[in-house]
Amino acid sequence: MHGRPRKAPKPEDEAASSAKAQKLRALQTQFFTFHHNKIYTKEAVELSAKLLEINPESYTAWNYRKLAVEHYLNLPDCNPDSIKSVLDDELRVVENALRQNFKSYGAWHHRKWVLSKGHSSIDNELRLLDKFQKADSRNFHAWNYRRYVAESMKRSEQDELKYAEDMIYTNFSNYSAWHNRSVLLSALFEKKAGGFLLKEKVLPEEYEFIHQAIFTDPDDQSGWFYHLWLLDQTVTTDSPLLASSWPGHGSDVLLVGDRCYNGSAFSPFSALHSDSGSFPIVLYFNQPVGGVNSSTVTVECGFNKNEDLFWKPLSASNSQTARVWVAHLKVPSSDLHSTVEVSVGHSKGIISTRGFVYSHPSMFSFKVHVQPMERDSSQVSVAENISLREENFKVYGTQSEESIIDSFDQLIIKNGHETTASNWRFEALAKEIECFRELLSLVDCKIGKLTLARLLKAYDAMSYPFANKLVHSEEVLELYSDLMKLDPTHYQFYKDEHSIVLLQKVTSSKESLLQHCFQYKDSASSAICDPICLRLNNLSLSRMGAFEKLLWVQMLDLSHNELQSIEGLEAMQLLSCLSLRNNKLRSLTALEPLRKLKSLRILDISYNQIGDQSIDTTRYVCSSPLSHSVGSELNRDETVTSDVALINNWEAFFIFKDFNLNQLDIVGNTIADEKFKSVLVKIMPKLKQLDGKLLD
Amino acid sequence: MDDIPPYPPIDPTTFDLIVIGTGLPESIIAAASSTASKSVLHLDPNPFYGSHFSSLPLADLPSFLSSHSTSPSPPRSPSSDDPNEFSLLEFATRPLYSSIDISTFSPNLLDQHSRKFNLDVAGPRVFFCADKSIELLLRTGTNQYMEFKSVDATFVGDNKGNLWSVPDSRAAIFKDKSLGLVEKNKLMRFFKLVQGHLAGEQDIKISEEDLQSPFVDFLNKMGLPPKIKSFILYAIAMADYDQEDTGVCRDLLKTKDGIDQLALYNASIGRFQNASGAFLYPIYGQGELSQAFCRRAAVKGCLYVLRMPVTALLVDKDTGCYKGVRLASGQDIFSQKLILDPTFKVTLPSGSSPPLPLKEKLPFFSLKDDKGKIARGICITKTSLKPDISNFLVVYPPRSLFPEQVTSIRLLQIASNLAVCLPGMFVLYISALCNDDDQGKKLIHAVMNTLLTVPLDSESNAAVQSETAENGSAVQDETSESSSGGPSDSGEEKPTLLWSALYSQELTLGQVDFICSTPMPDGKLNYNDLIDTTFKIFQEIYPGEEFFPETSLENPEGDGDASPET
Repeated sequence: MHGRPRKAPKPEDEAASSAKAQKLRALQTQFFTFHHNKIYTKEAVELSAKLLEINPESYTAWNYRKLAVEHYLNLPDCNPDSIKSVLDDELRVVENALRQNFKSYGAWHHRKWVLSKGHSSIDNELRLLDKFQKADSRNFHAWNYRRYVAESMKRSEQDELKYAEDMIYTNFSNYSAWHNRSVLLSALFEKKAGGFLLKEKVLPEEYEFIHQAIFTDPDDQSGWFYHLWLLDQTVTTDSPLLASSWPGHGSDVLLVGDRCYNGSAFSPFSALHSDSGSFPIVLYFNQPVGGVNSSTVTVECGFNKNEDLFWKPLSASNSQTARVWVAHLKVPSSDLHSTVEVSVGHSKGIISTRGFVYSHPSMFSFKVHVQPMERDSSQVSVAENISLREENFKVYGTQSEESIIDSFDQLIIKNGHETTASNWRFEALAKEIECFRELLSLVDCKIGKLTLARLLKAYDAMSYPFANKLVHSEEVLELYSDLMKLDPTHYQFYKDEHSIVLLQKVTSSKESLLQHCFQYKDSASSAICDPICLRLNNLSLSRMGAFEKLLWVQMLDLSHNELQSIEGLEAMQLLSCLSLRNNKLRSLTALEPLRKLKSLRILDISYNQIGDQSIDTTRYVCSSPLSHSVGSELNRDETVTSDVALINNWEAFFIFKDFNLNQLDIVGNTIADEKFKSVLVKIMPKLKQLDGKLLD
Repeated sequence: MDDIPPYPPIDPTTFDLIVIGTGLPESIIAAASSTASKSVLHLDPNPFYGSHFSSLPLADLPSFLSSHSTSPSPPRSPSSDDPNEFSLLEFATRPLYSSIDISTFSPNLLDQHSRKFNLDVAGPRVFFCADKSIELLLRTGTNQYMEFKSVDATFVGDNKGNLWSVPDSRAAIFKDKSLGLVEKNKLMRFFKLVQGHLAGEQDIKISEEDLQSPFVDFLNKMGLPPKIKSFILYAIAMADYDQEDTGVCRDLLKTKDGIDQLALYNASIGRFQNASGAFLYPIYGQGELSQAFCRRAAVKGCLYVLRMPVTALLVDKDTGCYKGVRLASGQDIFSQKLILDPTFKVTLPSGSSPPLPLKEKLPFFSLKDDKGKIARGICITKTSLKPDISNFLVVYPPRSLFPEQVTSIRLLQIASNLAVCLPGMFVLYISALCNDDDQGKKLIHAVMNTLLTVPLDSESNAAVQSETAENGSAVQDETSESSSGGPSDSGEEKPTLLWSALYSQELTLGQVDFICSTPMPDGKLNYNDLIDTTFKIFQEIYPGEEFFPETSLENPEGDGDASPET
């Protein structure tokens, strides 16, 4: 029951409860004797009923009763009447137990089990539910059970919707009722039965409805949760879309065998050093999808067979769904100028995690130019030494800006199909924005600010393909800064959101992005043309985002931020040089996204907090310890089990063993003592330089 | 009523207290005094309980009203002094009702079923679920004699006939269709402020300065739009006079009082599980309340004699002090104290001068109340003013019907499920404070014209207007249909008036002196003020006695649960 203050037990209550415990113990002992000896006599079954009436939480007793029922149903003299009376008895026991505690999982479950036998009338269940839901309209057990009953009865969603609405009218502070409403509407949307169920018709009405609750009492949270669901329904397109790709449509890719290339017709943005004889094609979807393979995505080029391409999902978990998919295209080692065409989704099979099919086939093409290796002996002997020091950077020149950053625009896939259909989404969002600006003019309310920020962000994201700028990003950033001050408890959440919006703003236009592009020029380097480094340092970022705009980046400076996680960085398949110096990374597992970056050669994770905490808490947020990729191969790897030092550092082993690093900086972390460094050298035999020291 | 039955003699002949009239204040005093172990004789000249607070059959109401409308009969021959030691002061009745206007549009229908009606003389009136009268009922166990039902909603009316529901709770604000989002937010925040203030929360305290300022100023200060202000002032705080016109306002509400009213309203909603609104109404009408207290008094030994007019007051010849009363039967009954129904007044024989001590005290009886009047109307219809809801209150705030309307007009619709009328019918009680009869009539008519179709032909014309019996009610009705000549321009059907009684009532206050007189029904919606006055009168006559002490609750059936039966 909700809204009842807890009282300290009085002495007589304690006496009563100890008497109850004594009684329970006696009952339980007897019950277990019956249970273990499989005695299902009338007396034995009644005893279990007595036990359950006092303690409905006794799972064993419920299971015993299930066995007893099965026992009776299998008796030779069993007839429909006796079945009914046995099952009716069960329903009665459950009802009594629920009266004692109507939040008993075991009791509700038992009731479902009895009904699933199919001999009891389900009509009675609604009456029982009405009674329970009148007593406590927010009891989610009852609501859960109601969904089960409604489904078994084939009660229409509209009827249930009406019921939920009545409950909301009685008291709108009812998460369960609002939740049920969202479940029912989702089911109706899915069915798409009749025009009534069109999202664009229903959602505006739902917004109108929830406004009544939110404006009446902005302090009540249940309405806000429903609003968040509505916002999600408005923003998320059913069908997944391809958001961006690398290479972009119409771009030129220059593959060079070493860091020098001639032919300044190509911008440093599209030149790619490749020593593996292949380059990646990256597909970035707007939501996680599965089913990307050589039949759903076809790549046509003169030098590679489509069937040979193997598409891999890039995600932290082991699941076969991801927003980002990559395939590596092998190139011949001779001179080559060839066009590559990529078609996505022309045959069905790409499906979002929510079950929607990729239904807007798209195509992009680019040109590949291969410049074979001309490696001379002097360059091989001089180990590359990239040092991301301030003096090595030069603001990217203004020369021929236009042509240089074309590839940036080319990354984005234009999706024309959604424009007409989504007019109502724009209207809905615009209306919501206006509405919540009004609310905030009336009251100062944190969740109102957060909602406005979310709305503005969603609106910007939706209008970006047309407006080519994020109109409200300044306001959104201000809202999040405000919230960080107002609501310190959730500081990190607002900070993360702030970081992502900031990154979206930086990457939203050529001009702003160019301000962060620097030419790397090492005085010692003999390179003719200098690589471009994207410097997002000193922005106080706590999270990374906007990856869909950054697929082209090869050198990335994220130093002097507040990053605790680099989730999503696995999308940046071209990264060869990354600085995470002076951040707040706390564990080696935080580096996991980097395992997927096959081109990464230079990594700076110095001056973080790796090793500060002996227990790596990021592991606990995984849905299941088994789903986590790290550690699953532990037993299969013999090199580990044979080396004590590696066993003690198995985490390091699993993170670093896949790296192809030439150069690593790890100084300034608790973990990075000499012993650990020697382990690292062992794990990464190719490593040439550790913390600035050349290795033998 | 004319032929008075032979009066059996009353024995004993001496009491601690004689109470004349069985109106609510008299009944409560009789019950309280009996509870305080006083011997009480309770008399009423009427053959029914309740006096000016009674609920009467349809046919009896007009005669009751008119019997109290005549100007005082001049004292009969100078009271021949009895041979004993008393002087006699004759009672006269004072005119309490005026401008009585009864219209019948469906005589056959109603006359045959007169007894099926229980019409409140002092309507509209309700109980707030949390008000003093309910507390008193519970405390005295009187609730066991009554049953209640919920008055389900409150509306505010306008001059176009619309009824807007009053958003009086969080759920009602959420549900309301007429308020904008901003208005909802402002109103809920105001309610929260009041709740916080009442709960004594530290950070939400309304300042003393605000509490002493006019409530309307405080509402302005809170930035509440006019519509919401009107809801709060007139439909929740139940203010009578236009709060924004200090020229005409006689009861300018202070913030403190306004907030107390809101607290009462708020505590009333949801107090009883089966009462959906803030108000209760007793089955069989408000007359039940007086009767219930009389039963309570009788249980405690109070002696009841109905149909017993009282003719004169007995006063000591020398001291001029009250001694007793002479009954219509000629019997003299003596008591220490006397409580008098406001119907009566004591007239001095012209020319004769009363004994000196009495003279000093008399002005109180002849004092003309300066409280103005209240216009009341009772209408009977066959259709509810609002579909799907039968028992509800409607408030017309000042100026909502016409510019010169300075007081709020309240209307209470009660349906047959409260046993006040024939099945399928509805009784509408309307009232408004006024200065004179004409003004009062205008106020009541304004509401009737807005909400009802008043047939052109009244009883005087032979043609009887009656409605098509489309709802198949139990009423047998010879339908001589005439074309409804009523205004047909308004699209939706207004209920047709079947019967109405309009009258003005004097607002006499209770008086306390060597003889105490009780007040007439006031202009309020509930009994709070009347109970306060009654309590004061009781304290005056029995200063040392407790008004229904807690221990008096000893009835076996009274379990203290007043939840209305539905």
